[in-house]
Amino acid sequence: MNSETLNTLDSYSKNKYKYGFVTNIDNEKPKKGLNEDTIKFISLKKKEPDWMLQWRLKAFSKWKKMKEPKWANLNFPEIDYQDIYYYSAPKGFEKKPKDLSEVDPKLIETYNKLGIPLEEQKVLAGVAVDVVFDSVSVATTYKGELEKLGIIFCSIGEAIQKHPDLIKKYLGSVIPAGDHSFSALNSAVFTDGSFVYIPEGVKCPMELSTYFRINAENTGQFERTLIIADKGSYVSYLEGCTAPKRDDNQLHAANVELIALEDAEIKYSTVQNWYPGDEDGKGGIYNFVTKRGLCAGKNSKISWTQVETGSAITWKYPSCILKGDNSIGEFYSVAITNNFQQADTGTKMTHIGKNTKSKIISKGISLGKSQNTYRGEVSFLRKADKARNYTQCDSLLVGNRCGAHTVPYIDSKNNTAVIEHEASTSKINEDQLYYCRQRGLSHEEAVSLIVNGFCKQVLQELPMEFAVEAQKLVSISLEGSVG
Amino acid sequence: MFLEIKDLSVKIENKNILKGLNLNINKGEVHAIMGPNGCGKSTLANVLAGKEDYEILNGKINFKDNDLFDLNIEERAQEGMFLAFQYPVEIPGVNITPFLHSAINSKRKRMNEDEIDNLSFAKLLKSKASDLGINIDMLKRSVNTGFSGGEKKRYEILQMSILNPDLAILDETDSGLDIDALKIVTDGVNKLKTKDNSFLIITHYQKLLDYIKPDYVHVMVNGSIVKSGGSEIAVEIEKDGFQKFQ
Ligand SMILES: Nc1ncnc2c1ncn2[C@@H]1O[C@H](COP(=O)(O)OP(=O)(O)OP(=O)(O)O)[C@@H](O)[C@H]1O
Ligand SMILES: [Mg+2]
Repeated sequence: MNSETLNTLDSYSKNKYKYGFVTNIDNEKPKKGLNEDTIKFISLKKKEPDWMLQWRLKAFSKWKKMKEPKWANLNFPEIDYQDIYYYSAPKGFEKKPKDLSEVDPKLIETYNKLGIPLEEQKVLAGVAVDVVFDSVSVATTYKGELEKLGIIFCSIGEAIQKHPDLIKKYLGSVIPAGDHSFSALNSAVFTDGSFVYIPEGVKCPMELSTYFRINAENTGQFERTLIIADKGSYVSYLEGCTAPKRDDNQLHAANVELIALEDAEIKYSTVQNWYPGDEDGKGGIYNFVTKRGLCAGKNSKISWTQVETGSAITWKYPSCILKGDNSIGEFYSVAITNNFQQADTGTKMTHIGKNTKSKIISKGISLGKSQNTYRGEVSFLRKADKARNYTQCDSLLVGNRCGAHTVPYIDSKNNTAVIEHEASTSKINEDQLYYCRQRGLSHEEAVSLIVNGFCKQVLQELPMEFAVEAQKLVSISLEGSVG
Repeated sequence: MFLEIKDLSVKIENKNILKGLNLNINKGEVHAIMGPNGCGKSTLANVLAGKEDYEILNGKINFKDNDLFDLNIEERAQEGMFLAFQYPVEIPGVNITPFLHSAINSKRKRMNEDEIDNLSFAKLLKSKASDLGINIDMLKRSVNTGFSGGEKKRYEILQMSILNPDLAILDETDSGLDIDALKIVTDGVNKLKTKDNSFLIITHYQKLLDYIKPDYVHVMVNGSIVKSGGSEIAVEIEKDGFQKFQ
């Protein structure tokens, strides 16, 4: 990488974007470990009102009494919660690459394959630049347009200060702090994340993406996102990006809550590509995510789409509580595990209202020595008359040292419920590979094509531009694993 | 010599299938192979294409001055070998356009030619498809998925005409085609034929050879070629079967 080009880009961008500087707000070195002081420190740094601090402390006292959920098919060493920084270290304290030439060339290669522009590569790779262009300007242009419609889209921190009524009403209403230890932990120490409110009857005219606010974030270790779609509104929200992200923090425990009121629809798409560790299984992010949506009103709809390719450990079950009559919950998932990655992911659909419908499409692909588990629970409560679920779980194995597991639970207290379940586990089809190669495609290209075809049902649920990137990402995730 | 198969013996799962088979094909020639079910015709086609399940016991194959066994499946394809499969496999979720586009470009890359861009490729595909009476809607579907037997065969010929191979092996491409389709498909083959490429056509029916004129017809029985000659052999087989060759 030519550093002169980068310098030119830097100075160019500095002139162009006067709001492009991220000031170093904090020079105090945070301390490791989790106790009440840590939480007070966080709350103080975030200039939070006292009720928020009390909320955190309550969560913390619950956490102290809890143990990590252990039912997942995962293997990892004990997490030492006292050996973690809970307030992201100000960037100045970390050893950062000065320019892209100091970044792992493999990472750069991947960025290039994904077609990520130079300046964004620097941000993603954590190069010590104090300018983030585009994202900022894009954010400001859009912000104006959104404000006109009454849409609130800001960081959770800002929302706590500016929209306390909404926060008090909804934060923790879908994922109570005491739900399990990771939600309690997140509630106590969360620092980053997004807040979205779509007013009654408003269809949000664009995809809302965390990407627009990239400079406002320290790519959160304990992210907290809250999205509220008021009556008759619609929003599509995009989390993450296809570029691989490195983070020094090994433990991630995000919480995402969605609330859809009557006739409202929320579409939430994720591409998760955190650092998965190396070929020998060293390093990588432990990703313990809690995502839950409440279809609170009649005819509401929540749909989760996820493409999970990163992290050493993925523990994640985006769920829907279908409370309103006729409400709909959907879960579309692609999870790819390679090398020594472990994923235990799936969903929970809880049918409470009448005529509620849920649909689950899960595609798991395992390569290398990885383990990939689909875990799903579909339950029908007593009053869920004529509720329906359709579940389709397909697993694809590439090679013979990996594992695929499907664990579906069904619990029905209403005998009018209709449940359809299809599952398949297959090895990558040799005849398909032969066919592709006979046409001149390399073995690797053939695998990537077939796997992309296998995932198509899910990938096509992603917003257009994203779907193309996700396809490339799928191909990249398979690299080096075949032969 | 363009393709030279010398004393080829091949086994699969402890069963000898090809037994000392010899066959020479020159540039610009059309060869037909006829033979009873199970005599090893598809096996020969797959061994040529490089399918990995077979154990080569003996023999040599030379293709365009290469030892064929030095090339893997995709290298053979990129060198201009094309196999129209007897039973084309379905690949759900994979669209024909990007599939064939990558295929043609990997061939061009090996030949040190420029890649063909999206737009030109889409045009090429459309025009070849309409030549073969293939509906544009069929190009939107996944490769072979849910196709009828005849549709799959047409699709194979479409791919062949896009990839423009030096050696095309057609394994019973005529089976399952109605008479109109047979005309269209054989027409496609005849259009593609030049003095620089060659065809190896496996068939059970003399009918096909009314449309595609072979230079040689070979009779294959029990893993080897027992008789070679002109079109008259096909007529003989049609009349009397394979009895007298066995
Ligand atoms: N994977 C395999 N395992 C065992 N036997 C096989 C396998 N593949 C082919 N054979 C056997 O090899 C023999 C030759 O098969 P092949 O498909 O080449 O015949 P063919 O001449 O193409 O017949 P048809 O006219 O019916 O297409 C058959 O007896 C077949 O059963
Ligand atoms: Mg055959």
